[in-house]
Amino acid sequence: MKVKVLAVLLVLCAGITFAASMSVQVKTSKLRSTPSQLGRIVATVKYGDVIQVESSKRGWYAVKTADGKKGWLHESVLSSKPIAMRAGTTDAAVGVSTDEVALAGKGFNEQVEAKMKADKSLDFTWVDRMIAFDISSDQIVAFRSQGNLPGGEQ
Amino acid sequence: MSQRHPFILILILGLSIIVLLYGCSDVAEMTEVGTQIAQDSGAITDDEAESIRRTSKAFEKTQQELTPEQEYYVGRAVVATVLQSYQPLDQPQANDYLNLLGQSLAVFSDCPETFGGYHFLLLDSDEVNAFAAPGGLILVTRGMLRCCENEDELAAVLAHEICHVSMKHGLQAIKQGRMTEALTILAAESAKQFGDEELATLTREFEASVGDIVMTLTTSGYSRGQEREADGAAVALLRRAGYPEAAILAMLSRMNERLVDSGGLGFAKTHPSAKSRADSLSSTVSSAEFVPDAARKERFSAAMQSILAGG
Repeated sequence: MKVKVLAVLLVLCAGITFAASMSVQVKTSKLRSTPSQLGRIVATVKYGDVIQVESSKRGWYAVKTADGKKGWLHESVLSSKPIAMRAGTTDAAVGVSTDEVALAGKGFNEQVEAKMKADKSLDFTWVDRMIAFDISSDQIVAFRSQGNLPGGEQ
Repeated sequence: MSQRHPFILILILGLSIIVLLYGCSDVAEMTEVGTQIAQDSGAITDDEAESIRRTSKAFEKTQQELTPEQEYYVGRAVVATVLQSYQPLDQPQANDYLNLLGQSLAVFSDCPETFGGYHFLLLDSDEVNAFAAPGGLILVTRGMLRCCENEDELAAVLAHEICHVSMKHGLQAIKQGRMTEALTILAAESAKQFGDEELATLTREFEASVGDIVMTLTTSGYSRGQEREADGAAVALLRRAGYPEAAILAMLSRMNERLVDSGGLGFAKTHPSAKSRADSLSSTVSSAEFVPDAARKERFSAAMQSILAGG
């Protein structure tokens, strides 16, 4: 039994040693007090932020931000590759390229979209309006409660 | 078995050291090898192995895979292209409600967070149809809305589309080999703006990829297997979100009636028949009957009143 526990620990170590430092790969996300999309919000993280991962649980990471805030992030928020940001922008449109750096933001980005817009006269007005439809987790909790949907947690 | 444990331990320890020494690029593979060995030998249970695989999941991304940000830009262009053929329905109350419902379902998805989040928009078309673009941009026609008699049934439609996104079915429509040239440029590119030639190549490949997806969404459709997968996952998503699973069967039954009348346009062209979808779900859905919740039914009618009138 001890051997079994050790084996599990060792295999986990191989993964976690390098999971220690991960990058936020979505535009913005919320650090939650519990491993739930509807958990209390502790802090906001944004694209490119480097996060220390402390442990994981059913698709969630217990993390610490650079300014010491602790909470949970869903695995879909984080990438194991660092994301290089272009100086003076909030978009990683053209990042520093090394094998260690994610391709995030490189290639299919605003620059390519702008060219496609010009070449094909594609209109993104409604795409931008659509993306502006934003619902907060408080609104979701209230919507679920008014709709008699059980629980507010996953 | 017990005599084999020291060997396994040494092997796993060795793999861990290799990983420590040689960096993280192959961690997923290393972890998988170690996990598989430990699982095969019985050192760990299947559940434990699954948990370890989940832990290493973040490492599985290879450079050949699009990042969430790239997926986001592909999705934006897919929607902009689809909107060349379909008019958006400019009805703030209905679109707000659609987003409340859709986003409250998406938090229960296997991929609850995408680069730009899940967003929903109604289309001014009587065709029975819905499109899920990569990254979480989902379009639903008025015709599709009319297949839904209450919130629970609309939740089933949205859950199906959300599952296409989380399963990355849209990206799978990009033809193999399409990305090779783009990825070569991307891997070589340094910290500067792309040159004209590189930008032209990237844009060409980007357009072609977007074209592949739009073609699949509007004309050829996903495979039957992908549709079945999305239906099965939608049932699980409805269950997690607290909606009655049977709503999907009620919706499919109404859709079947409408599609028979539609003369094979829209959804009928790109999806297996609603009846065959309902038949393959019959063993998955726990009960065939459901009574829609009164409060949810009421807010659905209030939000969609003007759109459903005359349907």
